[in-house]
Amino acid sequence: MMQLAVRPAPLLNVDNLVVEYGLGNKIVHAVSGVSLEVVRGETLGLVGESGCGKSTLGRAVLQLRRPKSGRVMFDGEDLTAMEGEALRRMRRRVQLIFQDPIASLNPRRRIGDIVAEPLIIAGIKDAAERKRRVHEVLSAVGLDPDLVANRLPHEFSGGQCQRICIARSLVLNPEFIVCDEPVSALDVSIRAQILNLLEEMKARFGLTLLFIAHDLAVVKAVSDRVAVMYLGRLCEVGPSEQLFAQPAHPYTALLLQAIPVPDPDVRPAESVAAGEPPSPIAPPSGCRFRTRCPRADQRCSAEIPELRQVAPGQFAACHHPLG
Amino acid sequence: MSAPLLAIEDVAVELPTPRGNLRAVDHVDLSLQAGRTLGIVGESGCGKTMLSRAVLQLLPKKAKLTGRVMFDGQDLVRLAPESLRRLRGRDLAVVFQDPMTSLNPVLTIGTQLMETIQEHLELDAPAAKARSIELLAAVGIPAPEQRLVQYPHQCSGGMRQRIAIAIALSCEPKLLIADEPTTALDVTIQAQILDLLAREQRRRHMAMIIITHDLGVVAGRADEVAVMYAGRVVERAPTQALFKRMHMPYTEALLAAIPKLDAAPHTPLPAISGRPPDPTRPLKGCSFAPRCNYAGRHCHAAKPVLTSAEMPDHVYACFHPIRMTEGMEA
Ligand SMILES: Nc1ncnc2c1ncn2[C@@H]1O[C@H](COP(=O)(O)OP(=O)(O)OP(=O)(O)O)[C@@H](O)[C@H]1O
Ligand SMILES: Nc1ncnc2c1ncn2[C@@H]1O[C@H](COP(=O)(O)OP(=O)(O)OP(=O)(O)O)[C@@H](O)[C@H]1O
Ligand code: SF4
Ligand code: SF4
Ligand SMILES: [Mg+2]
Ligand SMILES: [Mg+2]
Repeated sequence: MMQLAVRPAPLLNVDNLVVEYGLGNKIVHAVSGVSLEVVRGETLGLVGESGCGKSTLGRAVLQLRRPKSGRVMFDGEDLTAMEGEALRRMRRRVQLIFQDPIASLNPRRRIGDIVAEPLIIAGIKDAAERKRRVHEVLSAVGLDPDLVANRLPHEFSGGQCQRICIARSLVLNPEFIVCDEPVSALDVSIRAQILNLLEEMKARFGLTLLFIAHDLAVVKAVSDRVAVMYLGRLCEVGPSEQLFAQPAHPYTALLLQAIPVPDPDVRPAESVAAGEPPSPIAPPSGCRFRTRCPRADQRCSAEIPELRQVAPGQFAACHHPLG
Repeated sequence: MSAPLLAIEDVAVELPTPRGNLRAVDHVDLSLQAGRTLGIVGESGCGKTMLSRAVLQLLPKKAKLTGRVMFDGQDLVRLAPESLRRLRGRDLAVVFQDPMTSLNPVLTIGTQLMETIQEHLELDAPAAKARSIELLAAVGIPAPEQRLVQYPHQCSGGMRQRIAIAIALSCEPKLLIADEPTTALDVTIQAQILDLLAREQRRRHMAMIIITHDLGVVAGRADEVAVMYAGRVVERAPTQALFKRMHMPYTEALLAAIPKLDAAPHTPLPAISGRPPDPTRPLKGCSFAPRCNYAGRHCHAAKPVLTSAEMPDHVYACFHPIRMTEGMEA
């Protein structure tokens, strides 16, 4: 008997989001009609190659870049319609962690002040309370507050700077964090430390995460569900295990095939679909993946494929899904 | 076995820094036969690039190099600059992580290719041009003739790396050193470039050194792998042996810390605690000791040297090697 997955009401609901950039007299179609939802306590992974619009989507969710159209509902409220004080209040509940931890810390400010900054912006005037919170989150991310609070960012390694960034993102007790490639700049051994830390923080503080990365194995390690993006659109979304075991979209399959596996018995597949992604300034008509897809036919250039359910909880935007 | 094409003998590189002398490469021995691929893996700062630059004799001016680099019968360290220049680009070629390191932004792709070809081979202009087109086609550039008149900035990152590879291959080198050739590229492009390198290597019977921090990149593509840590080679073995029966705890820890595609979501990763030592403050004992699960007292007091156990071509530097055959453990 097929089990009907009953999902609770989503904490985040992104509906038909469109984000564009002007570039001279041209338009970059960075995000073109993306819909997704994240339920409370879940980690949704977002993968795709460079320039496919992951960061743009993440920033548009937080309203750091206003979308051209579409809606972002957070806990039942429409962020896209919010402004001024209401938006600022809402921003305390959603945070962002960046890829480059060193660049995202002000080099002239002490660690204690960097981590306390969101508290000041949020109007918490009690200095003792701020200090207590800063100590709490620094300890939580595995740093000794007494040793680090008075030091400057350049005295720390990349991994330690990412810990500091995570502490800063936690200090306001947010419910939702967009992690934009938080481990891409880190070495293998440090990467594992930070991924474990994020998982720990998620459990401890009851967080919900949108986890952006281009490394599928990294994404799988932390995500309940994964969304695959290509040139501004979602190709496929589904439970991590399901999506990796039985990808339905040809692009997901291509990505999986291209990953170098640290096992000499796994022979690398001879040249996966040749070619490179086209420009988001003039994306292909119909399915945007069609210029590299081995299954493409006439219908693929004429008709935009909609996300359709291919297995319980798994959706693919393809006219000729695999399997 | 015949004499190796390349033999790196006791090579050390020191760099003066405001914090003191930095030992970037700490007495490394490696060798490579013609037509074979050696993978060098290790984390950021472990000395991979400095080692390859020592081979190429392209170290920073202030660097102090000791040891010998025997290439095709001559010691590159002691070779006259003029002979070195002739060797580089002809018998000894290199591809860097950032293709713009080897491409000139103000020259067309055709000019750069033809210049390299004509500098090292005796070909007239039409022949050099024909060869350029042939090379661009070989590295998978569509419409190569039209590309000749374009500039590097008119190409994508993946295209530029293909062009850099075409230039590196143009004079049929005996050895190609590829220093993180795909780290800056997307995974689908990365697979294409790695395939391209492997194909051209087989076709030309060229030796290759692939430098990377990704064990996945060398697993399917190198004959032999050397693992570096804090300036030293800490384990070296034929690829199969290294992955199946690694003896050095750092190799094991590095492999374990990689997220695996077949692991279930939310499986905690066996992370390596701490981080590599400060290269200006070398440790007395094993450089991995502060992070090693197997470390004993002796490990902090003395440096393990490379030794072999079952197989002469599998060496490791460790006092308490793991996965040894029964009864062989020291
Ligand atoms: N401020 C901007 N102005 C113009 N174009 C932009 C701007 N920011 C991003 N873009 C373009 O929008 C597209 C999506 O960019 P985005 O940074 O969202 O991609 P991404 O998936 O995060 O890539 P990466 O993996 O490289 O971080 C790209 O083509 C990019 O060049
Ligand atoms: N020009 C330089 N002057 C001083 N020190 C340097 C210089 N270049 C590199 N180093 C140092 O030498 C050591 C070895 O660096 P190297 O670039 O060889 O590492 P790597 O293994 O190639 O790292 P990555 O993976 O980041 O490329 C590091 O400690 C580095 O900080
Ligand atoms: S819709 Fe067509 S082109 Fe797009 S992924 Fe499916 S088969 Fe390929
Ligand atoms: S020598 Fe000692 S510290 Fe070094 S890797 Fe071996 S067991 Fe660990
Ligand atoms: Mg991005
Ligand atoms: Mg390097």
